[in-house]
Amino acid sequence: MAHDHHGDEMTEPPSEMALRVQALESLLVEKGLVDPKALDVIVDRYENRVGPRNGAHVVARAWTDPAYLERLRADATAAITELDYTGRQGEHMVVVENGPKLHHLVVCTLCSCYPWPVLGLPPAWYKSSPYRSRAVIDPRGVLAEFGTVLDEDVEVKVWDSTSEVRFLVLPERPEGTEGWTMEQLIPLVSRNSMIGVEKARPASGAAA
Amino acid sequence: MTTAPMPDQLPALEALPDLPRDAGGPVFREPWEASAFAITLELHAAGHFTWNEWATALSQQIKAAQAAGDPDLGNTYYRHWLTALESLVTEKALATSEALDLRAQDWVRAYRNTPHGQPVKLKTG
Repeated sequence: MAHDHHGDEMTEPPSEMALRVQALESLLVEKGLVDPKALDVIVDRYENRVGPRNGAHVVARAWTDPAYLERLRADATAAITELDYTGRQGEHMVVVENGPKLHHLVVCTLCSCYPWPVLGLPPAWYKSSPYRSRAVIDPRGVLAEFGTVLDEDVEVKVWDSTSEVRFLVLPERPEGTEGWTMEQLIPLVSRNSMIGVEKARPASGAAA
Repeated sequence: MTTAPMPDQLPALEALPDLPRDAGGPVFREPWEASAFAITLELHAAGHFTWNEWATALSQQIKAAQAAGDPDLGNTYYRHWLTALESLVTEKALATSEALDLRAQDWVRAYRNTPHGQPVKLKTG
């Protein structure tokens, strides 16, 4: 896995809008006019409100449209762009597909590369160093902490994101959802299921 | 990691026409939009401007953009938000526009001088 991509290159500045916000925020914080912790609290409250639904749309579409699934397998970046979800920095997206004997887990061991156009703001635990280190050493232990217990014969693959490649997990379609429409399926696709720490919500959890 | 309820002190978001939202509250397309939203709420909570002043600044900015030919497809909403916030911040003398420009340039330099994966820090002074 491409650890070496991390060290060599310099960081590309974000979009003009993101820079302007960062300039404003850092100046106001420096002057003591806003409390950075209070800003974090507000942003965290909305971390689920930025983009996980974009990713859920991609997943539910793939579950219901075989031709789309093929395009997603062949070129995830293009298939995601097709739905109008694009990151400004044009990160290359790769979709990894869970199956009955295979479970994928995404991490960024060195920082917190994250496919925010499809998943929104990274949750605090994703950025934490325990998750970053333990996801690789003890993925089953990490999964268990999220309540995800896999059979012994299920292979767990860990994918380390880099500045060039961002991974999106395509969870297994829950049992008992045959004939469901894309709109019905979207609420089953949690943010965590697309990072791979959980499975998609069961059909019975549709209202949750 | 469930969605927290809206805080009690959340100002009247209904006063902001066209705010991108759904049943659960405001929605954001990109992380910076959520940050701009948070800064506005915080400055308001600290009493640097009234919610009325903010709503006025925002609607003026949106009207100006529309007059200048903004197609107004909903994807530019937070651009107008940020421009309105910057002008209210300078109007209230919380920061000057020169300082904001300089700071943005400092950040560009900081990013370009930081290896990927390292935290980006501003060189102060």
